[in-house]
Amino acid sequence: MVTSVTNLGRSGLYDWIVQRLTAVVLALYTLFLVGFLVATPDLTYGQWQGLFSQTWMKVFSLAALISICAHAWVGMWTISTDYLKNAGVRTVFQLVCAGFLFVYLVWGIDILWSV
Amino acid sequence: MLVSVYRYNPEKDSAPYMQDYNIDIPGGKDVMVLDVLALVKEQDTGFAYRRSCREGVCGSDGMNINGKNGLACITPISEATKGKMDKLVLRPLPGMPVIRDLVIDMSMFYKQYERIKPYLQNDTPAPAIERLQSPEDREKLDGLYECILCACCSTACPSFWWNPDKFVGPSGLLQAYRFLADSRDTTTAERLTDLSDPFSVFRCRGIMNCVNVCPKGLNPTRAIGHIRNMLLNQQI
Repeated sequence: MVTSVTNLGRSGLYDWIVQRLTAVVLALYTLFLVGFLVATPDLTYGQWQGLFSQTWMKVFSLAALISICAHAWVGMWTISTDYLKNAGVRTVFQLVCAGFLFVYLVWGIDILWSV
Repeated sequence: MLVSVYRYNPEKDSAPYMQDYNIDIPGGKDVMVLDVLALVKEQDTGFAYRRSCREGVCGSDGMNINGKNGLACITPISEATKGKMDKLVLRPLPGMPVIRDLVIDMSMFYKQYERIKPYLQNDTPAPAIERLQSPEDREKLDGLYECILCACCSTACPSFWWNPDKFVGPSGLLQAYRFLADSRDTTTAERLTDLSDPFSVFRCRGIMNCVNVCPKGLNPTRAIGHIRNMLLNQQI
């Protein structure tokens, strides 16, 4: 068995499932938003704000936000372990990715709960 | 026919290079690439390549023929040149250290094969004669046991190029599933646990290069899918 301490779930199977489940959440969220925009051709700021001020939409958006962070981490971690052979460079790359994802997550939550 | 061959002798050459040979194919016949290699060797005795059975059984002469991995002994030049019979470009299998010319160092490939414990393990008392298997259970091994370890598949796999020390590779995983699927093996759980890390199996991105090049027509991607399903059933 090959061990790694930086992948999301310590197990290949866990990462593989997370990647697929988060993809489903992101697909549903995208389809919903596109559907909403198509169904509301004369969209006003009030309608848009009304949508995001509802609790279920906040939960849905937060699920999509967490999904994109997990999905991106599994993907970027895979890219870094495929192509970056120097451990130092790989560590810096992974730290930068983790930093960005953490900022996006906190910033996203802040935006969602300010509506 | 113009034959362009990868040449590299680490004792003499500072870098690999391609060398061209003009080869007269006797009678203009559609011979195998291995026959062409023999004609190159007649012109240049210093040229090195591996061969043995010359009938697609031993797996010694795996090489990159006009951009696609295959066995020189069972690849007709008409197939390699798509009927044009104009030019052959022969390189060693990609991604592996070159020992000399078309001869590669396969130690990493064998190390991965060794890792999956390619032998039957059974901790129950041995029967008087042999361990029997039903015809249905035996059928499950078809399409798996035929692998000749030529390394055409693993050396066509980018995941194996990037992580040959961590990713088992299509050939090793086909054999891993051959023992996972064997009704006589009692170490299925241990074998699966050994494969559940992020590299051994899950580096496969399913691009199916392995299926595209396998000279025996086997399907490692399908075997990898079966391993994933077994892991899911075991760990969920």
